[in-house]
Amino acid sequence: MSLKNRRVVWAYIFLLVPLAFFLVVRAGPTIFAFDVSLRAFNPMAEIKPYVGFDNFARVFKDIADPDHVTRKAFENTLKYVIIGTPIQLSLALGIAMLMNSIRRFRTIFRVIYFIPFVTSAVAVAWVWRALYMPDFGFLNLVLGLFGIPSQRFLFDPNQSLLSVTAVVVWQGLGFAVIIFLAGLQAIPETFYEAARVDGAGRWRLFGSITIPLLNPTIVYLAVLQTIAFLRMFAEVVNLTRQGDGGPVNTTTTVVLRVFREGFGSLNMGYAAAMTVLLFAMIMVISIIQFRLVQRRVEY
Amino acid sequence: MASLSQGLSSGPVRSRSDSGPLLAYVLLGIGAIVMIIPFFWMLTMSLKDPSEILKPQFLPAAPTLDNYTQVLTRTLFPNWYFNSLVAASVSTASVAFFDSVTGYVFAKFEFPGKRIAFLLILATLMVPTEMLVIPWFIMATGVKLADTTLGIVFPGLITATGAFLMRQAFQSVPDELLDAARIDGMHEFGIFTRVAWPLVLPALAAVCIFNFLGNWNAYIWPLIVTSQRLTMTLPIGLAFFSNEAGSAWNLIMTGATLSTVPLLTVFVFMQKQIIQGVALTGMKS
Repeated sequence: MSLKNRRVVWAYIFLLVPLAFFLVVRAGPTIFAFDVSLRAFNPMAEIKPYVGFDNFARVFKDIADPDHVTRKAFENTLKYVIIGTPIQLSLALGIAMLMNSIRRFRTIFRVIYFIPFVTSAVAVAWVWRALYMPDFGFLNLVLGLFGIPSQRFLFDPNQSLLSVTAVVVWQGLGFAVIIFLAGLQAIPETFYEAARVDGAGRWRLFGSITIPLLNPTIVYLAVLQTIAFLRMFAEVVNLTRQGDGGPVNTTTTVVLRVFREGFGSLNMGYAAAMTVLLFAMIMVISIIQFRLVQRRVEY
Repeated sequence: MASLSQGLSSGPVRSRSDSGPLLAYVLLGIGAIVMIIPFFWMLTMSLKDPSEILKPQFLPAAPTLDNYTQVLTRTLFPNWYFNSLVAASVSTASVAFFDSVTGYVFAKFEFPGKRIAFLLILATLMVPTEMLVIPWFIMATGVKLADTTLGIVFPGLITATGAFLMRQAFQSVPDELLDAARIDGMHEFGIFTRVAWPLVLPALAAVCIFNFLGNWNAYIWPLIVTSQRLTMTLPIGLAFFSNEAGSAWNLIMTGATLSTVPLLTVFVFMQKQIIQGVALTGMKS
């Protein structure tokens, strides 16, 4: 056997287990998920008949119903994305620029801002529940010092979604800061010096150098955070009483609905249909990202 | 020119000194307090006597370790610790080997079907875990893997992200080195383990650390695949325990402290590698 052929054989031997794994544990189940979404699928039932697009039709019917919990789930998930992503990105960019402007203690600041990111979402959620507690929670004790009456935060339908968003933003902030910081450090200092020589002010430097050159980083983070908000689950389950996405479904998410329908009501066809929609949303966002990053800025 | 750029860049606070503008330190300091306070609150509440929980006070009047004794001796926390440690270790060991092999082949071998195999693995990255948990659950219960270690870890035994990172690392290993080993008559598996692998240890370390963290904190799949208290991992156990504990916030915060502290200790010791790894993967994606 020639050396080249021997290497081809070795490549297949090396890839045997990994390829089998990706087929059985990733690709196969992906197809299976589509299959389940087309059936009336109760795992306990003997027969799981194909029902065409009935599950999708039901999901869309429920989304159209303003009082249905599925509608709330999609609505809230969209709110998390629209409110959370811009707040998280602007805060992170601001912090990264501050960190980039200092020389001392940069490492210690990076570590501190990153700590929540390596903590489990479950622990974080329960700690914030304690912080948000009416009357005796830390936040209400602080508000009390300023004479502000106790807020109900997670228990108030008007504050619950924002309270949950704040936790997720807080937890993911450090990650975005690190990525922004790496992006900022990749911008050559000479660009700024040249612009300053030409008399550009701070806002001009920010708008004409920092933002355009950071464009790929911004798009990357925006997509990553959007997908993270679309997939939100652990935080909501652990921040709300009995993990119900309350009060009155004001914090529930698509994935929480998937979990409840699929594993609570054993209505797996309906749940799988929702995951297919989630998948479609993630695909669309990834394609948009791809398009946006193609538009590179050249200097 | 120097004075002009100084005036423009550092604003009204003060001129640029060796350490940077004072305002930046103040703002970052306030932010750092916001990042730390939840952990501070967690810790102080875990040291409170139950009678102090529903009182408007910041610090425990008489700090006690009773909560820790209670959680460690009267609950299943030690089991959950052990389960998480086993699950994260097993999956990380598997990822360390198989992600490396996969990355190595795609970086250094040419073979028919390479493009298709590569696209298959790339495509799996698009599919969110949430879409796969229903099929996984049906598969796992079908082969009696529910409530077992293998059931918890099987979806993460090989990862596409790790394989791609390792591929990038192996691309920087010079071909001449591998060819020299081939001429010396070394077989391909030996070339991989003894020549190529040692040259990508930093990337391998980053992949392993992230994988361990990810598995240690994993929630949705372990939640679905475990139904018995004894087989739960730490996050599932903590959530279960906290829901049962009612208003015993001192115990809940003790549980939260116990489940965070080991990981934070590891993080503080390895912060450099972890943060560099994050920046690296972020830039490359």
